[in-house]
Amino acid sequence: MHFDSGVGHIGGNLSALDVLLIVFHEYLGFEDKFILSKGHAAGALYTTLWSIGRISDADLRLFHRDNTLLAGHPPAKGIADIPFATGSLGHGFSLAAGTALAFRLKHSSARVICLTSDGEWQEGSTWEALIFAIHQRLSNLTVFIDHNNLQGFGSTSDVASMSPLWDRLRGFDVELLVIDGHDPDAIRDSLAHDTQQLRVIVLRTIKGRGVSFMENRMEWHYLPLSEDQFQRAVAEIDAS
Amino acid sequence: MRKQLCDALVGRAARSDMVFLTGDLGFMALEPLQQILGQRFINAGVAEQNMMSVAAGLAAQDLDVWVYSIAPFCYARPFEQIRNDIAFHDLPVKLIGNGGGYGYGVMGPTHHAIEDYGVLLSLPNMSVFIPTFDQDMDAVIARTGASRHPVYLRMGRGEPPKGYAVPVYAPWRQLTEGDGPVVIVVGPLAGTYIETFERMPQEFRPNLWVVAELPLELNPLPTNLIAQSEQASGLCVIEEHVRHGGFASDLLLHFAERGITVRNFRHLYARAHHFDRYGSQSYLRKASGLDVDSLLVTLGGI
Repeated sequence: MHFDSGVGHIGGNLSALDVLLIVFHEYLGFEDKFILSKGHAAGALYTTLWSIGRISDADLRLFHRDNTLLAGHPPAKGIADIPFATGSLGHGFSLAAGTALAFRLKHSSARVICLTSDGEWQEGSTWEALIFAIHQRLSNLTVFIDHNNLQGFGSTSDVASMSPLWDRLRGFDVELLVIDGHDPDAIRDSLAHDTQQLRVIVLRTIKGRGVSFMENRMEWHYLPLSEDQFQRAVAEIDAS
Repeated sequence: MRKQLCDALVGRAARSDMVFLTGDLGFMALEPLQQILGQRFINAGVAEQNMMSVAAGLAAQDLDVWVYSIAPFCYARPFEQIRNDIAFHDLPVKLIGNGGGYGYGVMGPTHHAIEDYGVLLSLPNMSVFIPTFDQDMDAVIARTGASRHPVYLRMGRGEPPKGYAVPVYAPWRQLTEGDGPVVIVVGPLAGTYIETFERMPQEFRPNLWVVAELPLELNPLPTNLIAQSEQASGLCVIEEHVRHGGFASDLLLHFAERGITVRNFRHLYARAHHFDRYGSQSYLRKASGLDVDSLLVTLGGI
């Protein structure tokens, strides 16, 4: 769908796809909420929602085209499973914290999952959200960090000296896990038990995962696929 | 107005769905509300961006959400959170900014909120309430709370003349009547003109109006105000807000679209962004030409 629409952001979609599929297929209950803070992975979210029958074939075909419900970043209206429009980084964690706090105030057992990028932790508001969620002891909230090491115009370590991010997080009062973000069992295990703290799970991922010429290449943060690249990518994925 | 605000919100606190967030402000004013709300009173700390998004998350789960800060901190830094997270989703979060306009005058330019309602009214679904007198607060909180959309409440301090019988709250109120020009004021500043206008002879006395709810598309002008505006020698709009995006622009568009013409239009507005000296709210009003003496000079010209 990215190729058909001539749109990029593929690398960060592929790094996030494994966790999205497991969260939506195996974890989320009817009352639970998922908030995609790294809104540029909207394609992965739309595909995941399509895979569970929540977005139609027709809507998916309109991705990123005129008169679509499925904009390049998650929309504010029209898709029941997308509670908030995101795309400006640094909003989703706070929105998730508010949702988790609402569940607690309403004595609901519902849970909230939020997926942030790693570059997004350069936003001050993300740290505001971390401080708030810890202080409020939002144990019904799990924050995944898609730690693919690459952002729009450099590696995360080149742009801001915080890498690896999990070392920066160790001083906070959170349940911190660092796992292989492409290992389904590791993702399942990370969510398998209840916790009394905010849970932060760092997913060590590969930008452009599954397509050799995209993997760990910064340019696939933005670039769309050419016809030749598309055919090679499909052949690789089919072969695997 | 903070006491009246607190009293009005305490009166609402029996609702089990009410949640109040503050950005670490409200000391010596909001303690009764804190006490009655318990865990539903949340000091979100010095982190306004997070506070606004948290408010959106709470409101999306159908809670009755109020957010408090001083006016300059309420809309400027967290503007994107208000826009993306609250306004785009049309969530009924109630934003309360204390000290709108020059309310924190001598505290310096970072504490002035003189582009607040212009900025916020550029957002979808947003409306603004600006109580004029302390006695307005019960009605304003009731009307604000009844809205199913985002609201910004710009608070100042009521400034009626001594012994003045404050008229019952209404979105539009005429405070003085005469045969002079029409004067429309946004918010508490109106109270500072009443005494002088009341002493003027009937033939010169302005028709003084105060507006407390914006935008005009949600709060149309009274028909008698339109008639007065067309017939008067002039119309003067006064607001403790910058020129661009202010009420005067909205009013003139409203008139132009309806073919309403006025003679001798004047606009008095906040200018402190260009000042290099600071002072009290009264000082800054005078420096901006918003004090009663400056207004009389302006009216004398029409």
